[in-house]
Amino acid sequence: MSSQDKSEVPEEHLPEVHASAHVPAEGDPFADPGLPAHEPRVTDIDEKAAKRAERQVAFLFVISMLSTIGFIWAYVGIDKHRIIDIFFFGKIGAQNLALGGFLGLALFCIGAGAIHWARTLMTDEEIVQERHEFTSDPETREYAIREFTQGAADSVIGRRPLIRRTMIGAMALVPLSGVVLLRDLGPLPGTKLRHTDWKPGTELINEATGLPIKPDDIVKGSLTMVLPDGLVEKYGPAGEKVELSHGWLEKAGMSAVLVVRLEPEDIKSKKELAWGYEGIVAYSKICTHVGCPIGLYEQQTHHLLCPCHQSTFDLADDGKVVFGPAARSLPQLKIHVNEAGNLAATQDFTEPVGASFWERG
Amino acid sequence: MSSEQPKGGANKSTPIPDNATVRAVDALDSRLGIYGAAKKNLRKVFPDHWSFMLGEVALYSFIVLLLTGVFLTLFFKPSMQEVVYDGSYVPLQGIHMSQAYASTLDISFDIRGGLAMRQIHHWAALIFVSSLFVHMFRIFFTGAFRKPREINWLFGFLLLVLAMVNGFTGYSLPDDLLSGTGLRIAEGVVLAIPLVGTYVQFFLFGGEFPGEDIVPRLFTIHVLLIPAIMVGLVTVHLILVFYQKHTQFPGPGKTEKNVVGLPLLPVYAAKAGGFFFIVFGITAALGGMVQINPIWAYGPYNPGQITAGSQPDWYIGFLEGSLRIMPNWEWNIWGHTLSFNVLIPSLIVPGVLFTFLAMYPWIEGWITGDKREHHLLDRPRNMPVRTGLGVAWIVCYGVLWVCGGNDIIATHFHLSINTITWVGRFAFFIAPVLAYLATVRICKGLQRRDRDKVLHGRETGVIKKLPHGEFVEIHEPLEAGVRHTLTAHEQPKPYELEPAEDENGVARKVKRSQKLRSRMSHWYFAEPIEKPTAEEYKELTSGHGHH
Repeated sequence: MSSQDKSEVPEEHLPEVHASAHVPAEGDPFADPGLPAHEPRVTDIDEKAAKRAERQVAFLFVISMLSTIGFIWAYVGIDKHRIIDIFFFGKIGAQNLALGGFLGLALFCIGAGAIHWARTLMTDEEIVQERHEFTSDPETREYAIREFTQGAADSVIGRRPLIRRTMIGAMALVPLSGVVLLRDLGPLPGTKLRHTDWKPGTELINEATGLPIKPDDIVKGSLTMVLPDGLVEKYGPAGEKVELSHGWLEKAGMSAVLVVRLEPEDIKSKKELAWGYEGIVAYSKICTHVGCPIGLYEQQTHHLLCPCHQSTFDLADDGKVVFGPAARSLPQLKIHVNEAGNLAATQDFTEPVGASFWERG
Repeated sequence: MSSEQPKGGANKSTPIPDNATVRAVDALDSRLGIYGAAKKNLRKVFPDHWSFMLGEVALYSFIVLLLTGVFLTLFFKPSMQEVVYDGSYVPLQGIHMSQAYASTLDISFDIRGGLAMRQIHHWAALIFVSSLFVHMFRIFFTGAFRKPREINWLFGFLLLVLAMVNGFTGYSLPDDLLSGTGLRIAEGVVLAIPLVGTYVQFFLFGGEFPGEDIVPRLFTIHVLLIPAIMVGLVTVHLILVFYQKHTQFPGPGKTEKNVVGLPLLPVYAAKAGGFFFIVFGITAALGGMVQINPIWAYGPYNPGQITAGSQPDWYIGFLEGSLRIMPNWEWNIWGHTLSFNVLIPSLIVPGVLFTFLAMYPWIEGWITGDKREHHLLDRPRNMPVRTGLGVAWIVCYGVLWVCGGNDIIATHFHLSINTITWVGRFAFFIAPVLAYLATVRICKGLQRRDRDKVLHGRETGVIKKLPHGEFVEIHEPLEAGVRHTLTAHEQPKPYELEPAEDENGVARKVKRSQKLRSRMSHWYFAEPIEKPTAEEYKELTSGHGHH
């Protein structure tokens, strides 16, 4: 906003700033009558009341002291694992309740005491102080600008464009080092978002049992969470724990799959039927909206609902979006039954799973 | 009173004590010159109003956050290295989890007072962001952001944004199932950024989601980077409040040129200092008694798992709602994916909403053309358009926030989630407009009532029967102070364009910006409820006293 701007508003459209209106204009019924006279409080005129207020403040401070002692007692005296059942609160950790309660009381009483003190015993007579405009007076302004202009002229920056330009260039370039330093924050994406841990022949492992899945294990109406072999905790033949493969969390975040059994005649898409096994179909569990795992299955409608943003997919129709903010169908995993009679992936997903990204295409 | 004199009513007759304390302060003064600062500030006046306490709540909960946060850093291990839990919470014993999650369990179950501190920290964060919002809207509705305080409005705005960001980074640290889900959504949002999204995601997470870097990185951001900026901003914010002096509501004896209130020492110091302990005390009691974010119930994070009804902390809820009600628009052009279904709700909508808030002082300043300093506050009713805009903003935010819980609403009230989402989509556009119109009407109604009260006095409820049988209610004239308060506001006229031709008949050039400004100014100030004039008042009060 320049001074030119200022001139666009005719002065008469701006009301006068209320000048100090202590002296009412003759006969103006709305004039400022000035600060009302101070009215004394009970504690100002009655020493008994003042004494009572003093005792009340002291009482609050004493409660605070006792509460701090109570806090220390709770810290050393109450077993940290003790659970008590209190009316309204229900089952609650005794020590935590006592620590928070005592600390709260100790602090609150200091505050209540100080405020009660201020309201009853400290002065409540209002004081008037002046304000001063922030705009500097013209002399100060001129002086400052002249000083600056002189300083700038002394630097000869105006007369030496070569220095000016190279300096600006140097200053503009030097932050680049900082940007370059951030390069090693992480690897380049490459094609990592396009592949999951599913390979031709990878067995589908039930997340709950850690075992491969036979077609008969999948009953109609149930939803089975599945991961590729190596991402589920399981036990070897001798009962020893098999360690999870490195980076299993990242792989699980891409490769999580859910398996359902539908009536083959309910499946609307030929491709979906062909990619499943006798009505058993496997879909990516990662929502195509922003990547939440999807977990709410309506068996009557074959709809799958994402609990994060309610995108709804139709599992009987290529995983198409029927509602919500997701734009793309859930990717289907092509499966078959291998020689051991277990469900296995025929190939990796043929499109990226999860949230969209710029290079996805 | 000249500016050189100490102002605080300190009496010349107050004796100067001569004791060890005074001599120690003398010694300090001879090195730092502190008496000069003390002279100006010790008895500085602060105006009193209940709403001025909202900013204090924000400040004090920020201090509580710093104190409890330091305690938590002593025990929290910001690492995603996998460990097997062997602490005292039985249901999770033997489970694989990150160190971050395990150490949060330790804080909750094995460090005495740890759970209380964690819960105080979380409660204080919720109170902090809430009080920032309420404080900001107090400033908004009373016009306290006007010149010379626009810059401080901006600092306050930055504090609000940083508070929300730091809240998010904070509750993402424990690496439990709920916080991990929040991070996954954030990952999806980052991926949707055109051109660089994929790279930003890989750099942010150090590779594929979730990786092992995000918790330690968020930790540094949460405990160092953002708090340092916030402490700086809070300091400057308070210095400016101090230096520019607090605003005050209009009233008898209060003008644009003075500040009326109680002195810093002792009254304001006692009240404000005491209030800090009240805020801390209430937060501590909440931390001890009211459970919040029970991370042990959620379990460790696993990107393949989720619970239904996942909800973020309340101040992130509007983003969640915005994502939920957005239609599923996505473009694929020339081999590239543009996810409007994520970009619009998570970046553009909040960007527009918050930029409007940040820029509002300059927007209003431009429309009104007002370049004067303002230290007397507006009563919200006297600026109907501003108040209407503020309410519309809140309603818009509120609709998004409610939509963030559409699943909870659906399950609790047995409603269709689809219907709720569709209602939300329309409400986002319609509800703010209705709220604006209703607010403007209510404001004007309140102005009319003020005008009526000033002219006709207060209704006493006493009915008088006149000799000729007429019944009248006795109206009691208002006190001079109240009359002044109700008429102290300005009623600027809208900015008029100059005539299209000047006095010599030469066509004037009217810039498009001037036309826009004139239109906006008419919208702001047109059809005011004229406040009563002295003549009207005299005419009514001189004759019959009963009307």
